[in-house]
Amino acid sequence: MCDTCGCNVSPANQHLLEEGGKLAKDSQGNTSVEVLHSLLHENDHQAAHNRAHFDAQQALVINLMSSPGSGKTALLEKTAEQLQGRFNIAVIEGDLETENDAQRLRNKGVRAHQISTGSACHLDAHMVHDALHEFSLEGVDILFIENVGNLVCPASFDLGHHLNITLLSTTEGDDKPAKYPVIFRAADLMIISKTDLLAVLDDFSSERATKHFRQLAKAEPVLSLSAKNGEGMNAWLDWLMQALTQHRDKLKQAPVSHHHHTHSHA
Amino acid sequence: MHELAICQDVILQLERLASEHQATKITEVLLEIGPLSGVEPPLLQAAYSIASADSIAAGAILKIETSPVRVYCQQCGKASVAKVNQLLCGHCGDWHTELISGDQMTLKHVEMESD
Repeated sequence: MCDTCGCNVSPANQHLLEEGGKLAKDSQGNTSVEVLHSLLHENDHQAAHNRAHFDAQQALVINLMSSPGSGKTALLEKTAEQLQGRFNIAVIEGDLETENDAQRLRNKGVRAHQISTGSACHLDAHMVHDALHEFSLEGVDILFIENVGNLVCPASFDLGHHLNITLLSTTEGDDKPAKYPVIFRAADLMIISKTDLLAVLDDFSSERATKHFRQLAKAEPVLSLSAKNGEGMNAWLDWLMQALTQHRDKLKQAPVSHHHHTHSHA
Repeated sequence: MHELAICQDVILQLERLASEHQATKITEVLLEIGPLSGVEPPLLQAAYSIASADSIAAGAILKIETSPVRVYCQQCGKASVAKVNQLLCGHCGDWHTELISGDQMTLKHVEMESD
């Protein structure tokens, strides 16, 4: 949902715009205004600014969402190892506290920035924007934003990223997409992680997880992998390379729109 | 709970609107929320009173309209009502559908007073 393409205009509220009378004022000085903006208009505005910055830097930006402990950082560590010397990746980490995840990635030679959200249960576009002031994207091919581990709140906030990935680990229930439809509906890719544990987990079925995902009207791909034993990593890296190619083609076809910048980022 | 963060965003919009229309007080705010927006109306009501305190929108009546989950089927071309976690066509049962209503999270209408 956004405020620029008119997708907030539904058959139910179209007449308000057609009458041309978005604004009416009565004789008592009471003003009545039709707005039809997303509740997150301010966040969305900041997200559009972030996206323009990412596009100007030619970086593909992927928002990674999941429950805590489903293996987001482990997947990024393994991905960094395998892409080393071929592609430049960077990571913005969101956690309530600690630099632990950013440090794990720095140990793998990845440029990583930690956002400590305090008590906030999600990242928003303003937090990511603040991070960009301290974090250069020069030469970065892919920026991963590892959102706060939470299957509820992160789904509502556009950060300016281009793609969403939602992870579901085999240690969680395979009905998570049915329980948390909003975050799985947002996914451009669902990853079933920790498949090395399937041998000892008899209650998780990848087929059932995929079925619940499809029932959200999701035709998007589902990949199964283990960052621990490397199973499925090639298909994941292929998906990533394809996403990067498609993103770069898109940027070539539609040159970066004028980026209204009154300040500079790092 | 991200409803508070969302309300804080709404208050910024309301303050901007009031300033654009030289209003001194916001008296009523109408939102449209769909079950697939990820926002819970009762939590939003509670968060609104906290977020609006000391703002131009303090004390305003918050009305929330909810919208049904409806899908359009790409297979049979018909629209139907669906469950939040089963966006299946009510006619042929296929999952190749498009959401046509249910993820709204919209600030629709604002009533203001000016001197």
